[in-house]
Amino acid sequence: MRIALLLALAALFVAFPLAFPWLAFVFTLVISKGFAALGVAVLLRAGLISIGHALFYSLGAYTVAYLSRGAGVTDLILQLAGAVAVSSLVGLIIGLFMVRYRGIFFAMLNLAVSMVFFTLLSKLYALTGGTDGVRIGTPTLFGTTIERDTLESILLYGGLVLAFGVGYLVHRYLKSPMGEALPAVETNEIRLEYLGIAVPRVLLAAYVASAGLAGLGGAMYGLLVGHVSPELAYWTISGQLVLVAVLGGIGGVVGPFVGAFFLEIIRSFAVIYFDNIWNLIIGAGLLIVIFFLPRGLYGLIERATQRGPRR
Amino acid sequence: MTAPLLSVRDVHVSFGGVRAADGVDVEVRQGEVLAIIGPNGSGKTTFINLCTGYVKPHAGSIHLEGRDITRNTPRQITKLGIARAFQIPQLFTEHRVIDNLMLAVAARQGFWQVLAPLDQPAHRQRATALLEMVGLQDQAESDVATLPEGIRKLTDIALALALEPRLLLLDEPTAGVSSGEKFPLMDRLMNVLRSQGVTAVFVEHDMDLVRRYADRVIVWNQGKVVADGPPDEVMNDPAVLRDVVGVI
Repeated sequence: MRIALLLALAALFVAFPLAFPWLAFVFTLVISKGFAALGVAVLLRAGLISIGHALFYSLGAYTVAYLSRGAGVTDLILQLAGAVAVSSLVGLIIGLFMVRYRGIFFAMLNLAVSMVFFTLLSKLYALTGGTDGVRIGTPTLFGTTIERDTLESILLYGGLVLAFGVGYLVHRYLKSPMGEALPAVETNEIRLEYLGIAVPRVLLAAYVASAGLAGLGGAMYGLLVGHVSPELAYWTISGQLVLVAVLGGIGGVVGPFVGAFFLEIIRSFAVIYFDNIWNLIIGAGLLIVIFFLPRGLYGLIERATQRGPRR
Repeated sequence: MTAPLLSVRDVHVSFGGVRAADGVDVEVRQGEVLAIIGPNGSGKTTFINLCTGYVKPHAGSIHLEGRDITRNTPRQITKLGIARAFQIPQLFTEHRVIDNLMLAVAARQGFWQVLAPLDQPAHRQRATALLEMVGLQDQAESDVATLPEGIRKLTDIALALALEPRLLLLDEPTAGVSSGEKFPLMDRLMNVLRSQGVTAVFVEHDMDLVRRYADRVIVWNQGKVVADGPPDEVMNDPAVLRDVVGVI
């Protein structure tokens, strides 16, 4: 049943942009934000709220920019792989420090580090282009030059395939002993230590995975928009990623993508029909989720399709 | 005389003005079941906390088979073969009983698997066997958060057993367990410990349990060991009867 639901959602992702081409951009943005929000959701399972993942999101996009402009790496797949590698590596370095903290300290430290990164991006003009940002050229694929329109299609459909593949791997990880230990960190960290499990290592693995996912999302965003500026590292983007994860639901892999879909669709239609109040709609949605849907919007979809979650 | 598995030498710990361990010497011999009795607040749980690295002594040393573990962390000490069950059960309340046990089994059998599921036949089989040991086979799928205290206590003990320890420290193992279940639980537990050659230390207030299951009793009062010997001898000591058993 769950597979059928996922396939139905995927079919919608394929069918709607064919009927309404402008949705291709929005849906690709959904996948991009979904990856980043999934990274945030991995940490939320351990009760750790990061208000700084815009750092890794923007880092993914800047890595793609530098790979194409500075290093001459124009292949799309290599650019995405490079963005994941750089984000994960930076996640490893920052994570070594972060995993020692919990609660508000973890949230604030992530915020602080990401804002330092934002400032560096804004001020180091010679390196980063300052607030003007950096343009990202259209990449090649297996040595073939591709048009901008083709790139959008590749990013949408390739992104969908990637979402299934990466989502499956993250699902396997969350069901592994290391993944199942994440909610255990929140409920009883001391007991984990008394089982001989190194909690900092559990959290470091989650942090690196989380950074890599955010980097992948950011790389997709950069390629889609063709430009990256420091605003992508600003704290409001980090807050948005947390919002998306909570809206969609952190219990599984699909939730963050559902949350991203909700956010981007509301935002897109709001521009046309009810500009200036889209924040109100998102806020109301978040309140409904917090009070009535502990498993987020995806939990609601699951319930509607009669698939009772175990927990 | 059997060689000591655990040696606690001249250990001092105090919390503010309260001396929980005041120059304590304790030896735990291989294969024995040692009971610790004493009034509330005398330092019995502190002894377990010391042996598992949760509390560090201000002075003195703790050795496991000659290896100094005085400054080791709880995780390092667990890895060396000391497991504990807590006075207040320490469980993962977001998980079911079987998941709690499978996490403990995975911790013992190979935790660092990124893509292999926690719920795999080897883990489930061992977890189920552990639940049968403590009589909780019918509670495997129950959510821990909804369980009564007695069952949580048994789950906590099963978690410690999952680690296949050489030394098991139990802090009031039957507290919260119904009176009718106490002896059957302890019978099952002792069978497991004896069949697997596990050395055990248990803190207990129930003198009937101590008489029946302990090979040796230590009496702890005001941070000092005031008596040490076989249960019948120690618990008939007039000073112990007056100062400790009479006030427990």
